[in-house]
Amino acid sequence: MDFLRPASWEEALAAKAEHPTAVPIAGGTDVMVEINFDHRRPEYLLDLNRIAELREWETGEETVRLGASVPYTRIMEELRTELPGLALASHTVASPQIRNRGGVGGNLGTASPAGDAHPALLAPGCEVEVESVRGSRLIPIDDFYTGVKRNALAEDELIRAVHIKKADGPQQYSKVGTRNAMVIAVCAFGIALHPETRTVRTGIGSAAPTPIRAKAAEEFLNAALEEGGFWESKKIITPSIAKQFAELASGAANPIDDVRGTANYRRHAVGIMARRTLGWTWESYRGTSRGSTEGVA
Amino acid sequence: MRVNFTVNGRPQEADDVWEGESLLYVLRERMGLPGSKNACEQGECGSCTVRLDGVPVCACLVAAGQAEGRDVVTVEGLADYAKQRAEHGGCGTGACGTPGGTSLQDAQQWQAKPLDSQTGEGGELSPIQQAFIDAGAVQCGFCTPGLLVAADEMLERNPSPSDADIREALSGNLCRCTGYEKIMDAVRLAAARQSETAPSQGA
Repeated sequence: MDFLRPASWEEALAAKAEHPTAVPIAGGTDVMVEINFDHRRPEYLLDLNRIAELREWETGEETVRLGASVPYTRIMEELRTELPGLALASHTVASPQIRNRGGVGGNLGTASPAGDAHPALLAPGCEVEVESVRGSRLIPIDDFYTGVKRNALAEDELIRAVHIKKADGPQQYSKVGTRNAMVIAVCAFGIALHPETRTVRTGIGSAAPTPIRAKAAEEFLNAALEEGGFWESKKIITPSIAKQFAELASGAANPIDDVRGTANYRRHAVGIMARRTLGWTWESYRGTSRGSTEGVA
Repeated sequence: MRVNFTVNGRPQEADDVWEGESLLYVLRERMGLPGSKNACEQGECGSCTVRLDGVPVCACLVAAGQAEGRDVVTVEGLADYAKQRAEHGGCGTGACGTPGGTSLQDAQQWQAKPLDSQTGEGGELSPIQQAFIDAGAVQCGFCTPGLLVAADEMLERNPSPSDADIREALSGNLCRCTGYEKIMDAVRLAAARQSETAPSQGA
Protein backbone atom coordinates (compact mmCIF):
# COMPACT_ATOMS: atom_id res chain seq x y z
CA MET A 1 0.00 0.00 0.00
CA ASP A 2 1.14 3.53 -0.73
CA PHE A 3 0.03 6.60 1.16
CA LEU A 4 -0.33 9.61 -1.12
CA ARG A 5 -0.44 13.00 0.54
CA PRO A 6 -1.18 15.70 -2.02
CA ALA A 7 -0.68 19.21 -0.65
CA SER A 8 -3.11 20.81 -3.10
CA TRP A 9 -6.24 19.98 -5.06
CA GLU A 10 -4.25 19.99 -8.32
CA GLU A 11 -1.81 17.49 -6.87
CA ALA A 12 -4.70 15.33 -5.72
CA LEU A 13 -6.22 15.29 -9.20
CA ALA A 14 -2.84 14.41 -10.71
CA ALA A 15 -2.40 11.58 -8.21
CA LYS A 16 -5.88 10.22 -8.92
CA ALA A 17 -5.20 10.38 -12.67
CA GLU A 18 -1.94 8.53 -12.23
CA HIS A 19 -3.44 5.97 -9.81
CA PRO A 20 -7.13 5.51 -10.65
CA THR A 21 -7.42 2.72 -8.06
CA ALA A 22 -6.37 5.10 -5.28
CA VAL A 23 -9.01 5.29 -2.55
CA PRO A 24 -9.62 8.85 -1.35
CA ILE A 25 -9.62 9.21 2.42
CA ALA A 26 -10.83 12.34 4.18
CA GLY A 27 -12.63 11.78 7.50
CA GLY A 28 -11.77 8.09 7.25
CA THR A 29 -14.96 7.05 9.00
CA ASP A 30 -15.87 4.61 6.22
CA VAL A 31 -12.49 3.80 4.69
CA MET A 32 -10.66 3.05 7.94
CA VAL A 33 -13.40 0.67 9.10
CA GLU A 34 -12.93 -1.34 5.92
CA ILE A 35 -9.15 -1.36 6.32
CA ASN A 36 -9.28 -2.20 10.05
CA PHE A 37 -11.50 -5.19 9.30
CA ASP A 38 -9.46 -6.30 6.32
CA HIS A 39 -12.40 -5.83 3.98
CA ARG A 40 -10.31 -3.65 1.76
CA ARG A 41 -6.63 -3.40 0.91
CA PRO A 42 -6.35 -0.53 -1.54
CA GLU A 43 -3.13 -0.19 -3.47
CA TYR A 44 -3.09 3.53 -2.73
CA LEU A 45 -4.67 5.69 -0.07
CA LEU A 46 -5.15 9.26 -1.22
CA ASP A 47 -5.22 11.52 1.83
CA LEU A 48 -7.28 14.66 1.28
CA ASN A 49 -6.78 16.16 4.74
CA ARG A 50 -4.09 18.58 3.67
CA ILE A 51 -6.37 20.29 1.16
CA ALA A 52 -7.85 23.09 3.24
CA GLU A 53 -10.32 24.28 0.59
CA LEU A 54 -12.26 21.02 0.90
CA ARG A 55 -13.18 22.07 4.44
CA GLU A 56 -14.52 25.47 3.35
CA TRP A 57 -17.91 26.64 2.10
CA GLU A 58 -19.22 29.68 0.27
CA THR A 59 -22.72 31.02 0.53
CA GLY A 60 -23.87 32.50 -2.77
CA GLU A 61 -27.11 34.05 -3.97
CA GLU A 62 -28.96 30.82 -4.51
CA THR A 63 -26.69 28.02 -3.42
CA VAL A 64 -24.17 27.02 -0.81
CA ARG A 65 -21.02 25.55 -2.28
CA LEU A 66 -20.17 23.10 0.44
CA GLY A 67 -16.65 21.64 0.38
CA ALA A 68 -16.60 17.85 0.33
CA SER A 69 -14.81 17.60 3.69
CA VAL A 70 -16.70 20.20 5.72
CA PRO A 71 -17.34 18.20 8.89
CA TYR A 72 -20.94 17.45 9.84
CA THR A 73 -20.30 19.33 13.09
CA ARG A 74 -19.72 22.55 11.17
CA ILE A 75 -22.80 21.99 8.99
CA MET A 76 -25.08 21.50 11.98
CA GLU A 77 -23.60 24.44 13.87
CA GLU A 78 -23.08 26.98 11.11
CA LEU A 79 -25.37 26.23 8.19
CA ARG A 80 -28.72 25.74 9.93
CA THR A 81 -30.29 28.73 8.22
CA GLU A 82 -29.13 28.02 4.68
CA LEU A 83 -29.33 24.24 4.83
CA PRO A 84 -31.79 23.34 7.59
CA GLY A 85 -32.54 19.84 6.29
CA LEU A 86 -28.90 18.92 5.94
CA ALA A 87 -28.14 20.42 9.35
CA LEU A 88 -30.79 18.17 10.90
CA ALA A 89 -29.47 15.16 9.00
CA SER A 90 -25.92 15.98 10.08
CA HIS A 91 -26.99 15.97 13.69
CA THR A 92 -28.17 12.35 13.33
CA VAL A 93 -24.80 11.16 12.02
CA ALA A 94 -23.21 8.70 14.47
CA SER A 95 -21.51 10.60 17.32
CA PRO A 96 -19.63 13.84 17.97
CA GLN A 97 -16.32 12.13 17.22
CA ILE A 98 -17.57 10.92 13.84
CA ARG A 99 -19.27 14.22 13.01
CA ASN A 100 -15.97 15.98 13.70
CA ARG A 101 -14.33 13.98 10.90
CA GLY A 102 -16.95 12.97 8.38
CA GLY A 103 -18.39 15.14 5.63
CA VAL A 104 -20.84 15.01 2.76
CA GLY A 105 -18.13 14.06 0.25
CA GLY A 106 -17.67 10.77 2.08
CA ASN A 107 -21.37 9.97 2.05
CA LEU A 108 -21.47 10.68 -1.68
CA GLY A 109 -18.28 8.76 -2.41
CA THR A 110 -19.45 5.72 -0.48
CA ALA A 111 -22.97 6.13 -1.92
CA SER A 112 -24.46 3.76 0.59
CA PRO A 113 -28.26 3.91 0.50
CA ALA A 114 -28.03 4.39 4.29
CA GLY A 115 -25.85 7.51 4.17
CA ASP A 116 -27.57 10.05 6.41
CA ALA A 117 -26.94 13.05 4.16
CA HIS A 118 -28.59 11.70 1.00
CA PRO A 119 -32.28 12.44 1.72
CA ALA A 120 -31.26 15.94 2.81
CA LEU A 121 -29.37 16.47 -0.45
CA LEU A 122 -32.17 15.13 -2.65
CA ALA A 123 -34.90 17.23 -1.03
CA PRO A 124 -33.44 20.71 -1.53
CA GLY A 125 -31.84 19.68 -4.81
CA CYS A 126 -28.13 19.97 -5.47
CA GLU A 127 -25.32 19.36 -7.90
CA VAL A 128 -22.16 17.47 -7.12
CA GLU A 129 -19.00 19.19 -8.35
CA VAL A 130 -16.52 16.56 -9.45
CA GLU A 131 -13.21 17.11 -11.10
CA SER A 132 -10.37 15.28 -12.79
CA VAL A 133 -7.34 16.41 -14.73
CA ARG A 134 -9.67 16.31 -17.73
CA GLY A 135 -11.87 19.01 -16.27
CA SER A 136 -14.70 19.77 -13.92
CA ARG A 137 -18.39 18.92 -14.18
CA LEU A 138 -21.55 19.27 -12.14
CA ILE A 139 -23.63 16.13 -11.68
CA PRO A 140 -27.28 16.69 -10.72
CA ILE A 141 -28.00 14.75 -7.55
CA ASP A 142 -30.83 12.91 -9.31
CA ASP A 143 -28.24 11.38 -11.66
CA PHE A 144 -25.56 10.78 -9.06
CA TYR A 145 -26.59 7.49 -7.44
CA THR A 146 -26.31 4.69 -9.95
CA GLY A 147 -26.58 1.52 -7.85
CA VAL A 148 -25.92 0.02 -4.44
CA LYS A 149 -22.78 1.83 -3.30
CA ARG A 150 -22.23 3.07 -6.84
CA ASN A 151 -22.15 6.61 -8.13
CA ALA A 152 -21.60 8.50 -11.36
CA LEU A 153 -17.93 9.29 -10.71
CA ALA A 154 -15.39 8.33 -13.35
CA GLU A 155 -12.37 6.51 -11.98
CA ASP A 156 -10.10 9.54 -12.23
CA GLU A 157 -12.57 11.96 -10.66
CA LEU A 158 -12.72 13.33 -7.12
CA ILE A 159 -15.63 15.04 -5.37
CA ARG A 160 -14.74 18.64 -4.68
CA ALA A 161 -17.94 20.24 -3.42
CA VAL A 162 -21.71 20.10 -3.44
CA HIS A 163 -23.77 23.04 -4.68
CA ILE A 164 -26.90 22.90 -2.57
CA LYS A 165 -29.89 25.17 -3.08
CA LYS A 166 -30.37 27.47 -0.12
CA ALA A 167 -33.61 26.86 1.69
CA ASP A 168 -36.48 29.00 0.40
CA GLY A 169 -38.90 27.36 2.80
CA PRO A 170 -39.12 24.92 5.70
CA GLN A 171 -37.22 21.64 5.55
CA GLN A 172 -37.34 18.57 7.74
CA TYR A 173 -35.50 15.32 8.19
CA SER A 174 -36.54 12.20 10.00
CA LYS A 175 -34.64 9.00 10.68
CA VAL A 176 -35.71 5.71 12.22
CA GLY A 177 -33.21 3.88 14.37
CA THR A 178 -33.04 1.98 17.62
CA ARG A 179 -31.63 4.98 19.45
CA ASN A 180 -30.49 8.53 18.81
CA ALA A 181 -26.72 8.15 18.57
CA MET A 182 -24.47 5.70 16.77
CA VAL A 183 -27.12 4.21 14.60
CA ILE A 184 -27.33 3.32 10.94
CA ALA A 185 -30.72 4.40 9.65
CA VAL A 186 -33.38 1.72 9.37
CA CYS A 187 -34.82 4.25 6.98
CA ALA A 188 -34.86 8.02 6.66
CA PHE A 189 -36.91 10.74 5.01
CA GLY A 190 -36.13 14.30 3.98
CA ILE A 191 -38.56 16.94 2.77
CA ALA A 192 -38.15 20.49 1.51
CA LEU A 193 -40.92 22.97 0.76
CA HIS A 194 -40.05 25.35 -2.05
CA PRO A 195 -42.62 28.16 -1.84
CA GLU A 196 -40.87 30.11 -4.60
CA THR A 197 -41.57 27.42 -7.16
CA ARG A 198 -44.56 26.04 -5.27
CA THR A 199 -43.07 22.59 -5.21
CA VAL A 200 -42.23 20.01 -2.59
CA ARG A 201 -39.24 17.72 -2.96
CA THR A 202 -38.38 14.61 -0.98
CA GLY A 203 -35.59 12.15 -0.33
CA ILE A 204 -35.74 8.61 0.99
CA GLY A 205 -32.79 6.80 2.58
CA SER A 206 -32.20 3.12 3.37
CA ALA A 207 -35.35 1.97 1.64
CA ALA A 208 -34.18 1.21 -1.89
CA PRO A 209 -30.92 0.17 -3.60
CA THR A 210 -30.00 3.85 -3.82
CA PRO A 211 -31.21 7.02 -2.14
CA ILE A 212 -34.32 8.07 -4.08
CA ARG A 213 -36.96 10.73 -4.34
CA ALA A 214 -40.62 9.87 -3.89
CA LYS A 215 -41.48 11.37 -7.24
CA ALA A 216 -45.07 10.17 -7.55
CA ALA A 217 -45.76 11.51 -4.06
CA GLU A 218 -44.19 14.85 -4.97
CA GLU A 219 -46.22 15.14 -8.18
CA PHE A 220 -49.44 14.29 -6.43
CA LEU A 221 -48.77 16.77 -3.62
CA ASN A 222 -47.66 19.56 -5.94
CA ALA A 223 -50.87 19.19 -7.97
CA ALA A 224 -53.09 18.94 -4.89
CA LEU A 225 -51.54 22.00 -3.24
CA GLU A 226 -51.85 24.00 -6.46
CA GLU A 227 -55.42 22.92 -7.13
CA GLY A 228 -56.56 23.69 -3.61
CA GLY A 229 -54.78 27.04 -3.52
CA PHE A 230 -52.91 25.94 -0.40
CA TRP A 231 -49.76 27.95 -1.09
CA GLU A 232 -51.73 31.23 -1.01
CA SER A 233 -54.29 30.38 1.63
CA LYS A 234 -51.79 28.60 3.89
CA LYS A 235 -54.68 26.55 5.17
CA ILE A 236 -54.20 23.21 6.85
CA ILE A 237 -53.49 20.38 4.44
CA THR A 238 -56.47 18.06 4.49
CA PRO A 239 -55.87 14.64 6.04
CA SER A 240 -56.82 12.90 2.81
CA ILE A 241 -54.07 14.72 0.90
CA ALA A 242 -51.52 13.95 3.61
CA LYS A 243 -52.62 10.32 3.65
CA GLN A 244 -52.33 9.97 -0.11
CA PHE A 245 -48.90 11.64 -0.03
CA ALA A 246 -47.78 9.17 2.64
CA GLU A 247 -49.06 6.17 0.71
CA LEU A 248 -47.31 7.27 -2.47
CA ALA A 249 -44.07 7.90 -0.55
CA SER A 250 -44.35 4.45 0.96
CA GLY A 251 -44.94 3.05 -2.51
CA ALA A 252 -41.78 4.68 -3.82
CA ALA A 253 -39.71 2.64 -1.38
CA ASN A 254 -38.21 -0.57 -2.66
CA PRO A 255 -36.63 -1.94 0.51
CA ILE A 256 -35.14 -5.26 1.55
CA ASP A 257 -35.30 -7.31 4.73
CA ASP A 258 -32.06 -7.07 6.68
CA VAL A 259 -30.78 -7.07 10.26
CA ARG A 260 -31.96 -3.52 10.84
CA GLY A 261 -35.53 -4.00 9.74
CA THR A 262 -37.93 -5.74 7.40
CA ALA A 263 -39.01 -4.43 4.05
CA ASN A 264 -42.58 -4.15 5.30
CA TYR A 265 -41.55 -2.15 8.32
CA ARG A 266 -39.49 0.20 6.18
CA ARG A 267 -42.33 0.80 3.75
CA HIS A 268 -44.64 1.54 6.65
CA ALA A 269 -42.14 3.82 8.39
CA VAL A 270 -41.40 5.80 5.22
CA GLY A 271 -45.12 6.58 4.93
CA ILE A 272 -45.32 7.68 8.56
CA MET A 273 -42.24 9.88 8.24
CA ALA A 274 -43.57 11.39 5.02
CA ARG A 275 -46.86 12.36 6.66
CA ARG A 276 -45.22 13.71 9.81
CA THR A 277 -42.48 15.72 8.12
CA LEU A 278 -45.05 17.17 5.72
CA GLY A 279 -47.09 18.21 8.74
CA TRP A 280 -44.11 19.79 10.49
CA THR A 281 -42.91 21.72 7.47
CA TRP A 282 -46.40 22.84 6.49
CA GLU A 283 -47.13 24.10 10.01
CA SER A 284 -43.88 25.99 9.83
CA TYR A 285 -44.82 27.42 6.42
CA ARG A 286 -48.14 28.55 7.86
CA GLY A 287 -46.13 30.26 10.57
CA THR A 288 -48.14 28.70 13.31
CA SER A 289 -45.57 26.60 15.09
CA ARG A 290 -41.98 25.65 15.39
CA GLY A 291 -39.41 26.98 12.98
CA SER A 292 -38.09 25.01 10.08
CA THR A 293 -34.91 24.01 11.78
CA GLU A 294 -36.29 22.85 15.09
CA GLY A 295 -37.23 19.58 16.58
CA VAL A 296 -37.14 16.11 15.17
CA ALA A 297 -39.43 13.73 16.97
CA MET B 1 6.68 4.96 6.23
CA ARG B 2 7.79 7.44 8.86
CA VAL B 3 5.23 9.61 10.61
CA ASN B 4 5.93 12.71 12.67
CA PHE B 5 3.40 14.38 14.89
CA THR B 6 3.07 16.03 18.27
CA VAL B 7 1.83 13.87 21.10
CA ASN B 8 0.86 15.55 24.35
CA GLY B 9 2.85 18.64 23.47
CA ARG B 10 6.09 16.95 22.39
CA PRO B 11 7.20 16.07 18.86
CA GLN B 12 7.31 12.32 18.27
CA GLU B 13 8.30 10.09 15.41
CA ALA B 14 7.22 6.61 14.43
CA ASP B 15 9.05 4.42 11.93
CA ASP B 16 7.97 1.46 9.82
CA VAL B 17 4.37 2.53 9.99
CA TRP B 18 2.20 0.52 7.62
CA GLU B 19 0.27 2.80 5.27
CA GLY B 20 -3.10 1.43 6.34
CA GLU B 21 -2.31 1.68 10.02
CA SER B 22 -4.49 3.71 12.35
CA LEU B 23 -3.35 6.51 14.60
CA LEU B 24 -4.57 4.34 17.47
CA TYR B 25 -2.20 1.52 16.54
CA VAL B 26 0.73 3.90 16.32
CA LEU B 27 -0.06 5.39 19.72
CA ARG B 28 -0.50 2.04 21.44
CA GLU B 29 1.92 -0.27 19.72
CA ARG B 30 4.67 2.01 18.47
CA MET B 31 4.73 4.76 21.08
CA GLY B 32 3.82 2.64 24.08
CA LEU B 33 0.79 4.70 25.01
CA PRO B 34 -1.94 2.15 25.75
CA GLY B 35 -4.23 4.65 27.48
CA SER B 36 -6.36 5.06 24.37
CA LYS B 37 -8.22 1.78 24.21
CA ASN B 38 -8.66 -0.49 21.24
CA ALA B 39 -12.12 -1.97 21.21
CA CYS B 40 -14.50 -1.80 18.25
CA GLU B 41 -12.10 -0.45 15.60
CA GLN B 42 -15.07 1.02 13.76
CA GLY B 43 -15.84 4.26 15.55
CA GLU B 44 -18.77 2.83 17.48
CA CYS B 45 -17.48 2.85 21.04
CA GLY B 46 -15.34 5.96 21.53
CA SER B 47 -12.79 4.11 23.70
CA CYS B 48 -9.97 5.40 21.52
CA THR B 49 -11.05 9.06 21.65
CA VAL B 50 -8.10 11.45 21.40
CA ARG B 51 -7.87 15.08 20.38
CA LEU B 52 -6.52 15.78 16.92
CA ASP B 53 -5.66 19.48 16.63
CA GLY B 54 -7.95 19.96 19.60
CA VAL B 55 -10.92 18.11 18.11
CA PRO B 56 -12.16 14.84 19.65
CA VAL B 57 -11.90 12.00 17.16
CA CYS B 58 -11.77 8.22 17.16
CA ALA B 59 -8.08 7.42 16.78
CA CYS B 60 -9.00 4.09 15.19
CA LEU B 61 -10.49 5.94 12.20
CA VAL B 62 -7.60 8.32 11.59
CA ALA B 63 -4.99 6.89 9.24
CA ALA B 64 -1.58 7.34 10.85
CA GLY B 65 -0.36 9.27 7.82
CA GLN B 66 -3.19 11.75 8.27
CA ALA B 67 -1.73 12.73 11.64
CA GLU B 68 1.52 13.87 10.02
CA GLY B 69 2.50 17.27 11.36
CA ARG B 70 -0.56 17.49 13.57
CA ASP B 71 -1.18 17.70 17.26
CA VAL B 72 -2.52 14.77 19.28
CA VAL B 73 -3.54 14.73 22.94
CA THR B 74 -4.14 11.38 24.60
CA VAL B 75 -5.46 10.52 28.04
CA GLU B 76 -1.87 10.17 29.27
CA GLY B 77 -1.35 13.86 28.62
CA LEU B 78 -4.74 14.98 29.84
CA ALA B 79 -3.62 16.08 33.32
CA ASP B 80 -0.85 18.18 31.88
CA TYR B 81 -3.11 19.49 29.16
CA ALA B 82 -5.71 20.58 31.70
CA LYS B 83 -3.03 22.19 33.83
CA GLN B 84 -1.67 24.16 30.87
CA ARG B 85 -5.18 25.22 29.99
CA ALA B 86 -5.84 26.43 33.52
CA GLU B 87 -2.57 28.34 33.62
CA HIS B 88 -2.65 29.81 30.14
CA GLY B 89 -6.35 30.32 29.82
CA GLY B 90 -8.18 28.28 27.27
CA CYS B 91 -5.54 26.57 25.18
CA GLY B 92 -3.77 23.53 26.50
CA THR B 93 -2.61 22.17 23.18
CA GLY B 94 0.95 22.16 22.00
CA ALA B 95 -0.59 23.81 18.96
CA CYS B 96 -0.63 27.22 20.62
CA GLY B 97 3.06 27.04 21.27
CA THR B 98 3.24 26.55 25.00
CA PRO B 99 6.45 24.82 25.97
CA GLY B 100 6.39 21.75 28.14
CA GLY B 101 3.99 18.97 27.41
CA THR B 102 4.41 15.40 28.55
CA SER B 103 7.48 13.43 27.52
CA LEU B 104 6.88 10.04 25.96
CA GLN B 105 8.60 8.36 28.88
CA ASP B 106 6.47 10.19 31.42
CA ALA B 107 3.38 9.41 29.39
CA GLN B 108 4.30 5.74 29.18
CA GLN B 109 4.80 5.59 32.91
CA TRP B 110 1.76 7.64 33.74
CA GLN B 111 -0.29 6.35 36.65
CA ALA B 112 -3.46 7.60 38.19
CA LYS B 113 -2.48 9.43 41.37
CA PRO B 114 -5.61 10.92 42.82
CA LEU B 115 -5.64 13.49 45.56
CA ASP B 116 -5.16 11.85 48.91
CA SER B 117 -8.46 12.28 50.68
CA GLN B 118 -6.70 12.63 54.05
CA THR B 119 -3.82 14.92 53.23
CA GLY B 120 -4.97 16.48 49.97
CA GLU B 121 -1.60 15.57 48.49
CA GLY B 122 -0.64 13.85 45.28
CA GLY B 123 -3.01 15.06 42.67
CA GLU B 124 -1.48 14.49 39.28
CA LEU B 125 -4.88 14.19 37.74
CA SER B 126 -6.90 16.54 35.63
CA PRO B 127 -10.07 17.79 37.32
CA ILE B 128 -12.20 15.49 35.18
CA GLN B 129 -10.10 12.46 36.18
CA GLN B 130 -10.39 13.37 39.85
CA ALA B 131 -14.13 13.82 39.44
CA PHE B 132 -14.49 10.37 37.83
CA ILE B 133 -12.78 8.80 40.83
CA ASP B 134 -14.69 10.84 43.39
CA ALA B 135 -18.05 10.12 41.78
CA GLY B 136 -17.38 6.40 41.33
CA ALA B 137 -17.65 6.66 37.58
CA VAL B 138 -14.90 4.11 36.96
CA GLN B 139 -15.83 0.44 37.09
CA CYS B 140 -13.92 -1.84 34.75
CA GLY B 141 -12.22 1.28 33.40
CA PHE B 142 -12.02 0.33 29.77
CA CYS B 143 -14.23 3.13 28.47
CA THR B 144 -12.81 5.65 30.94
CA PRO B 145 -9.95 7.14 28.88
CA GLY B 146 -12.22 7.93 25.94
CA LEU B 147 -14.89 9.36 28.21
CA LEU B 148 -12.32 11.52 30.01
CA VAL B 149 -11.03 13.02 26.79
CA ALA B 150 -14.54 13.63 25.45
CA ALA B 151 -15.85 15.05 28.74
CA ASP B 152 -12.81 17.28 29.23
CA GLU B 153 -13.25 18.73 25.76
CA MET B 154 -16.93 19.42 26.38
CA LEU B 155 -16.17 21.23 29.65
CA GLU B 156 -13.60 23.33 27.82
CA ARG B 157 -16.23 24.41 25.28
CA ASN B 158 -19.20 24.47 27.59
CA PRO B 159 -18.35 25.14 31.23
CA SER B 160 -21.95 24.86 32.44
CA PRO B 161 -23.46 21.99 30.51
CA SER B 162 -27.04 20.85 30.92
CA ASP B 163 -27.68 17.13 31.36
CA ALA B 164 -28.72 17.02 27.72
CA ASP B 165 -25.43 18.66 26.70
CA ILE B 166 -23.48 16.05 28.66
CA ARG B 167 -25.45 13.17 27.16
CA GLU B 168 -24.96 14.53 23.66
CA ALA B 169 -21.22 15.15 24.14
CA LEU B 170 -20.72 11.63 25.47
CA SER B 171 -23.09 9.92 23.04
CA GLY B 172 -20.18 8.47 21.10
CA ASN B 173 -18.70 6.73 24.14
CA LEU B 174 -20.08 3.40 25.24
CA CYS B 175 -19.87 2.15 28.82
CA ARG B 176 -21.20 -1.30 29.61
CA CYS B 177 -20.68 -1.20 33.40
CA THR B 178 -22.00 1.93 34.98
CA GLY B 179 -25.32 2.63 33.33
CA TYR B 180 -23.88 6.12 32.82
CA GLU B 181 -25.43 7.66 35.95
CA LYS B 182 -22.14 7.89 37.83
CA ILE B 183 -20.48 9.24 34.72
CA MET B 184 -23.13 11.96 34.54
CA ASP B 185 -22.46 12.66 38.24
CA ALA B 186 -18.73 12.93 37.57
CA VAL B 187 -19.12 15.41 34.74
CA ARG B 188 -21.56 17.51 36.78
CA LEU B 189 -19.07 17.43 39.66
CA ALA B 190 -16.18 18.51 37.44
CA ALA B 191 -18.30 21.32 36.00
CA ALA B 192 -19.29 22.50 39.46
CA ARG B 193 -15.68 22.44 40.69
CA GLN B 194 -14.55 24.23 37.55
CA SER B 195 -17.03 27.04 38.12
CA GLU B 196 -15.91 27.33 41.76
CA THR B 197 -12.23 27.67 40.92
CA ALA B 198 -12.61 29.89 37.89
CA PRO B 199 -15.84 31.84 38.27
CA SER B 200 -14.75 34.56 35.89
CA GLN B 201 -13.81 32.21 33.07
CA GLY B 202 -15.93 30.69 30.43
CA ALA B 203 -19.16 31.73 28.80
